[in-house]
Amino acid sequence: MFLGVLLPLLLFVFPLWKITLEAPQYPTSLGMLIYINDFADAHPHDIKNINLMNHYVGMKYIPNAIPEFKIFPYGIVITTVIGLIIAFMGNHKWYLYWFIMMVLVSAAGLIDFYIWEHDYGHNLDPRAILKFTNEDGTAMGFQPPFFGTKHILNFTAHSYPRLGAYFLALGIALGLVAYFVGKREKS
Amino acid sequence: MKKFSYITMAFVALATAFSGCKDQGGKSNGALSSNAAERVYVEPGKYDEFYAFLSGGFSGQLAVYGIPSGRLLKVVPVFSQDPEKAYGYNEETKPLLNTTHGFIPWDDTHHPDMSQTNGVLDGRWIFMNGNNTPRVARVDLTTFETAEIMEIPNSACNHSSAFVTENTEYVIAGTRFAVPIPQKDIAISERKGNFKASLSFISIDKDNGGMDLAFQIRVPGFDYDLVHPGRGKSHGWVFFTTYNTEEAHTLLEVNASQNDKDFIAAINWKKAEEYIKEGKFKTEATQYAHNVYDEETHMATSTIKKEVRVLDSSELPGLVYYLPTPKSPHGCDVDPTGEYIVGNGKLSADLTVHSFSKMIDAIENKKFDGEAYGNPILNFEDVLGGTVIQPGLGPLHTEFDDKGNAYTTFFISSEVVKWKVGTWEILDRKPTYYSPGHLSVPGGNSRKPWGKYVLAMNKITKDRYLPTGPELTQSAQLYDITGEKMELLSDFPTIGEPHYASMVPADIIQPKSKKIYKLSENKHPHAATTDAAVKVERDGNEVRVYMTMIRSHLNPDNIEGIKVGDKVYFHLTNLEQDFDVPHGFAVIGAENSELLVMPGQTETLVWYPKKVGVWPFYCTDFCSALHQEMQGYIRVSPANSNTELNWSLGE
Repeated sequence: MFLGVLLPLLLFVFPLWKITLEAPQYPTSLGMLIYINDFADAHPHDIKNINLMNHYVGMKYIPNAIPEFKIFPYGIVITTVIGLIIAFMGNHKWYLYWFIMMVLVSAAGLIDFYIWEHDYGHNLDPRAILKFTNEDGTAMGFQPPFFGTKHILNFTAHSYPRLGAYFLALGIALGLVAYFVGKREKS
Repeated sequence: MKKFSYITMAFVALATAFSGCKDQGGKSNGALSSNAAERVYVEPGKYDEFYAFLSGGFSGQLAVYGIPSGRLLKVVPVFSQDPEKAYGYNEETKPLLNTTHGFIPWDDTHHPDMSQTNGVLDGRWIFMNGNNTPRVARVDLTTFETAEIMEIPNSACNHSSAFVTENTEYVIAGTRFAVPIPQKDIAISERKGNFKASLSFISIDKDNGGMDLAFQIRVPGFDYDLVHPGRGKSHGWVFFTTYNTEEAHTLLEVNASQNDKDFIAAINWKKAEEYIKEGKFKTEATQYAHNVYDEETHMATSTIKKEVRVLDSSELPGLVYYLPTPKSPHGCDVDPTGEYIVGNGKLSADLTVHSFSKMIDAIENKKFDGEAYGNPILNFEDVLGGTVIQPGLGPLHTEFDDKGNAYTTFFISSEVVKWKVGTWEILDRKPTYYSPGHLSVPGGNSRKPWGKYVLAMNKITKDRYLPTGPELTQSAQLYDITGEKMELLSDFPTIGEPHYASMVPADIIQPKSKKIYKLSENKHPHAATTDAAVKVERDGNEVRVYMTMIRSHLNPDNIEGIKVGDKVYFHLTNLEQDFDVPHGFAVIGAENSELLVMPGQTETLVWYPKKVGVWPFYCTDFCSALHQEMQGYIRVSPANSNTELNWSLGE
């Protein structure tokens, strides 16, 4: 249980998610790493170059910071503290509650990520230099995939969780394991 | 029976036909049958195995080729202005071409030589000589740009230059012409005995490559033609070929070809260092320009230096020895072990090779055969290491592979000859098309050759390519030297006249090649590294425009308040931080050139508005899909008008 509770703290070290853009003119792909409290370049100046590219289709500049960067770290610290208290108490039923809470918090995070992505890809400047339409005549969006790989014009975009997310998932899973182990020991 | 013989005859006929075809094929498609085409073909998207740096000769530049494909990768402007890159036209690089003769926009480049560490090419810098107005340049191989140029005082035609000692302690620069030192008004006919020569030693900063003229050795007034530093056992020595030991001043083709033997001058530079330490030099007043480009300010500065330390060889024993060498030797080449010094006697039928250990022995035992202006002459027989007997006509230059073989070009008989170092036996000869000067093996003038190719550089091409009027290209020819016999693989045209070339495996340079200049490190005094720093300032009739460039606009793109008679400085900063996104800048009626600004860099174009009106400027490098939109207007008002200075973007 202790391990499970502490693993999500690694989110402060490792990135949570990565979006990669590939195109023939970019033999070295462009990439953005999403940390719990920051956006970072995969290679130097990548975000600046993504912004430069995206301004042609009217996408907003990726901001230096978003409000979530202030909230998420607190979220992780608070859930960790709660987890530690539960771990000391040693009551396996509470392990399950912690597990459910973590799943809900993570889901909320993912939904937030999806909303941001959708806005980033669809809320376009009406004076955009290049405007594309879908086959049905609606304005084409440029939302990067939430999870997986997607072709957007000349780019292939990949969006996958990174080490930080895996540690979070592992920590949450260990919470559940701890619950079952605790339950068996008791019976 | 009859039928049988018909069939037999048919078979015989067929067999003859097939074998005939085969023979013919073997002769006419030699390149195909030996798959030479495959060996020089580099698939689209793949890289060449070697970089080759070829001097541009009278173009004054340095050409970078990929080998084996022979693809031209870049022309680095060094001693000549280049309007394509604004080199020598923009305010930042003009000081690089400053000399004590003023701004000199051209030179004649001959010998690019790469920096070495422990006798191995290290891919940090290329040093190259300017012949005409004596200069030595340093090209940085992270940026492939000229980083420094030093004028050489007391020199006239800087030909025996710019070769590097095995730890890049010094770059050596000798003089081909002897001249009065200091210069004075004197009858040309008084040349003999009155004119002197200077051999310059430029020390190189181990960390940043910075050049410093450490000292000059004053020597008798012969023509010092070519030079190579010793290596391995002969490290600490440097060898110059000389001709015109007759000291003729006119009709040299006859008068400088009278002595049966001229000399190779062996210079002990370790001894020279001792004399310098002991203070046995004279400090002479002179003048020479030292020009340095700063990568952070993106600007060059030129300083005139006023002194040089001189060691006089006629007064300081042990500095210079003369090794008699037949018939006006040209190339002076040292084998990878440092034992053999090849004197390519260009008017001789044989190739003379001196032995370093025999030379040391002769010096230690004082076996001298006269002296020239106080410098001992050694006995030819005492220093001779061997002779390659009748290898060809007009030997010019020799390079070496890693298997103990040497390769020599023969200008008159137009061929490359392979011979064995030590046995002096001729192993192979292949024609060149036509009349080669230098040749180059990767690392072939260092302790570590990569003996895969030899590149011969030809002075004459005649019928080799589609004709282009009276002026034809010169060429380089690539031979595979991995086998017993050399194989001609390909030839390709070159810029200017290639003299020497330095070749090196690509992986020594490729990873260090810069992609961008960091905007955060830009210290140009007139840079605008953000859009907030964009402005236009007037000071009297001087106007400075601090302009930025990024896909796909120039900021500002509307400028008003400029007047006829102004001097306008356009300071362009490229805000990009992406690989291969330069932006250009051109303005109507500019008397200099365009600008081509690399990401993170600042460059300045001076413009004199002469006509009232609204005039265009635009980006010249197709940078992006909206490149054509990257344009702007500048309004020029009459000299006495009151139009306010105003600038904007998107208003």
